[in-house]
Amino acid sequence: MSDEMDMEEGGVIKKFMFVNRKAPYGTIYALEGLEVVLISAAFEQDVSMAFIDDGVYELKKGQDTKELGQKNFSPTYRALEGYDIEKLYVERESMEARGLTEDDLLVDVIVMDRAELAAKLDEQDVLISF
Amino acid sequence: MPMVDIAGKTVEVDEEGYLVNLADWNKDVADYLAKEEKVDMSENHWEVVNFLREYYDEYQIAPAIRVLTKAIAKKLGPDKGNNKYLYELFPYGPAKQACKIAGLPKPTGCI
Repeated sequence: MSDEMDMEEGGVIKKFMFVNRKAPYGTIYALEGLEVVLISAAFEQDVSMAFIDDGVYELKKGQDTKELGQKNFSPTYRALEGYDIEKLYVERESMEARGLTEDDLLVDVIVMDRAELAAKLDEQDVLISF
Repeated sequence: MPMVDIAGKTVEVDEEGYLVNLADWNKDVADYLAKEEKVDMSENHWEVVNFLREYYDEYQIAPAIRVLTKAIAKKLGPDKGNNKYLYELFPYGPAKQACKIAGLPKPTGCI
């Protein structure tokens, strides 16, 4: 993982972080947030995602939406790497409070405790919350 | 939503001609959609269409063109994973046209 960003074509590259706090189903936030992230990849910015509170459930392995009658979009998180979005931060406290470990998640993530993640949020130029 | 008859089967398409239900797709449907797009399907076209279907199966999205190009380069080599090759096959946009023929929704972020 590289923190270096190219200054291509003289464009200004900003640090965008998408903060996900909601469970994947029940509201439209998680899916809409993910779509915005995928679209944002086209603008060649420094994009990262944070998963906090129930947002950590978005990355849970083995999601089954059959009974909900909704599409299971969780495999799409595994496509993020192909979009060069590789900085996925998960808050340790949120994960542990829900009895989850990194092994329960369907993508490689960077686990940070609350204070570290707060500092990460502070570094960003733009924060978008879902 | 408009309905079209393809080889004796009625399928639903959206206002831009994309299949509404992925499960309606088969070779006849692909041929019909290709004809609508004025694409003459060769083995190389099928290779891209099949690649897209596999990609969708795995990730549940239609990839953006940049992502598609990179993924094809990885699997089929740089001779095929480049814009020139893909635009020759699908002149009106590989992501847009090939996705339509593959029965996938329009790629996210594609206007």
